[in-house]
Amino acid sequence: MNPVRFSWSSRSGRALVFQAALLIVLVVAGWALWRNTAHNLAARGIRSGFAFLDQRAGFDIGEGVVPYTPDDTFLRAFAAGIANTLRVSLLGILLATPLGLVVGLGRLSRNVLVRTLATVWVEVLRNVPLVIQLFAWYLVLTQLLPDPASPLVLAPHVYLSKGGLQLPMPVLAGGHLALERPEVTAFGVSGGLSLTPEFLALLFGLVTATSASIAEIVRSGVLAVPRGQTEAAAALGLPHRRVIRRVVLPQALRIIVPPLTSQFLNLTKNSSLAVAIGFPDVVSIANTAINQNGQALECILLIMSVYLTINLLTAAAMNVYNRRVALVER
Amino acid sequence: MSAPASDRPGGPAGEREPPPPRRGIVARLRQNLFATVPSAVATILLVAGLAWFLPRAVRWLFLDAVYAADYPACRALDYRAACWGFVAEKHRVILFGRYPYAEQWRPLVATGLFLLALALTAHPRAWRRWVAAAWFPVAVIFLLLLRGGVAGLAPVDPSAWGGLPLTIALTALVVAGSIPLGVVLALGRRSRMPLVRGVSTLYIELVRGVPLITVLFVASFLFPLLLPQGLRLDALARVALGMTFFQAAYMAEVVRGGLQALPRGQGEAAEALGLSWWKVQQRVILPQALVLVIPSFVNSVLSTFLDTSLVTVVSLYDLTGALRLALGDPQWRNFFLEGYLFVGAVYFAFSFAMSRYSRWLERHLGRWVRV
Repeated sequence: MNPVRFSWSSRSGRALVFQAALLIVLVVAGWALWRNTAHNLAARGIRSGFAFLDQRAGFDIGEGVVPYTPDDTFLRAFAAGIANTLRVSLLGILLATPLGLVVGLGRLSRNVLVRTLATVWVEVLRNVPLVIQLFAWYLVLTQLLPDPASPLVLAPHVYLSKGGLQLPMPVLAGGHLALERPEVTAFGVSGGLSLTPEFLALLFGLVTATSASIAEIVRSGVLAVPRGQTEAAAALGLPHRRVIRRVVLPQALRIIVPPLTSQFLNLTKNSSLAVAIGFPDVVSIANTAINQNGQALECILLIMSVYLTINLLTAAAMNVYNRRVALVER
Repeated sequence: MSAPASDRPGGPAGEREPPPPRRGIVARLRQNLFATVPSAVATILLVAGLAWFLPRAVRWLFLDAVYAADYPACRALDYRAACWGFVAEKHRVILFGRYPYAEQWRPLVATGLFLLALALTAHPRAWRRWVAAAWFPVAVIFLLLLRGGVAGLAPVDPSAWGGLPLTIALTALVVAGSIPLGVVLALGRRSRMPLVRGVSTLYIELVRGVPLITVLFVASFLFPLLLPQGLRLDALARVALGMTFFQAAYMAEVVRGGLQALPRGQGEAAEALGLSWWKVQQRVILPQALVLVIPSFVNSVLSTFLDTSLVTVVSLYDLTGALRLALGDPQWRNFFLEGYLFVGAVYFAFSFAMSRYSRWLERHLGRWVRV
């Protein structure tokens, strides 16, 4: 190894000086911001640190899978919010992927009607802001649907109303599996699995909007498969559907998976728009907490670390999958 | 090529021309709509669905709709048709937000000027050095018209700006700010200096890993805490700054795409000529890399434009926020669907135009600029 020479005329010497200067600037800027913040916090009488997580939250959360009451701690409130974020994101990914696949293949269909409809779907959803879509879905679900006392019956024991969607839910009763069916009463629908309008609007908005982006990825992935592959398969006498299923899709998948991963992450990040329509995801919970105790720095750090963790885990999982579909080369 | 192939000297015996393409409406219909059984089934189902849906949609949207700002007439519709009267009554609020009513010609003129300048410089033939310089006065006039306080215009505080002009101003500010920052970050990420590379990469990945809304929270809750006392930024400046920091990370990745597409030889040859690193980037690398990424750049402007709708969450009255302001009127609040359709159409018109423009550039840019 060559000894490092501190000389302005050598590239490594200049690089070292430049990096030292950058380090000093970063440290000084960080220190100044830290000092300002400490000063401002003291001036406003805001405490700092994560001790507040053990205190009583005092606000209510509309829904969730984590049991929670206003008497629980902030920590538990955040846990409930994280669970809600994960619930809507996972379900969204599960629904948006097949929908996007269908729309993407529809964009490539030889049937002109199917193709046009898929194109309209993609263009409308991609060129209108997601916030607008979410507000509109939420208002449609909470204003235009019938009252809970006289809900729409979508299927036997599946009810849709201003109160949300009620579905039969499998429950363990006396050691064996039973189906708990919701029933219409004078005060609305009771029993079964109940999904709130906030959850439904967010899920619906995320699924439709993401399906449009996934469709574009599927389309460009399929188009990237050389024509010769399709033609050779057709020449072997394979019917069109099997050409798609056996020849085109397996090869397109390799191109599709990496951008698909970033769409999954986009959907998860976009679920933070829940705060606009009042679904209690982790961002909404943090927003409420900030309004209560003013500890913005801690709450924002919490949200950021939640999303960064989700990002890292998703990226890791998709890398494993990507390795499985990737071309095995000798 | 009209002669049969078998007549050609040396052509393989028995080779025939492909059958001529089928012509005529019936043949074309069969090819496009009834090629296979599943295709035919899809066609029949879709035609049935559209035959049910389209007439109802057209009647609801247009034929039975009320166009005048006539509340009793809208009420009488009982949702059986659209009440565009809401848009007719509230279009000033939706388009200009809380901007003082009597002064709303100013944002209108400013927006018109901006769009005119945009249209005049959209074609690559107009890309000259002086055009870039001409954009500067356009931006200054735009901001002065909105802000006032000069040439006898009454001053209007940025907190009162709203609607479409605010959406456009925010997009322009964020794009203008994120380009230099993005270029610096992209060059930093490809630097040979470990600290520079590390800091740039960390910044880009951290920002791209979190949702925009957390950045807006940082802008509205944290910026006031980070700044020294006495120095205060208004909400619009904070949000514009926050969105710039956010968008710069994405811009950096766009620029990096262009940097990676350049052959290594370009930089190496320039270095071999004895140019300094800065000169290499400035004269050789960036001019080529930036031209390569113009179409993706337009797409990133497009996503910034759509993203500005999020600022309504931190209480700015952009186009989305202004609509919600208009829907705050209890008399008209039930006509939200018409409002969202109208505002959605405005966003769509801008966004669709930009995405087509980007696609057009991608295909034809090479004609005017060396790519």
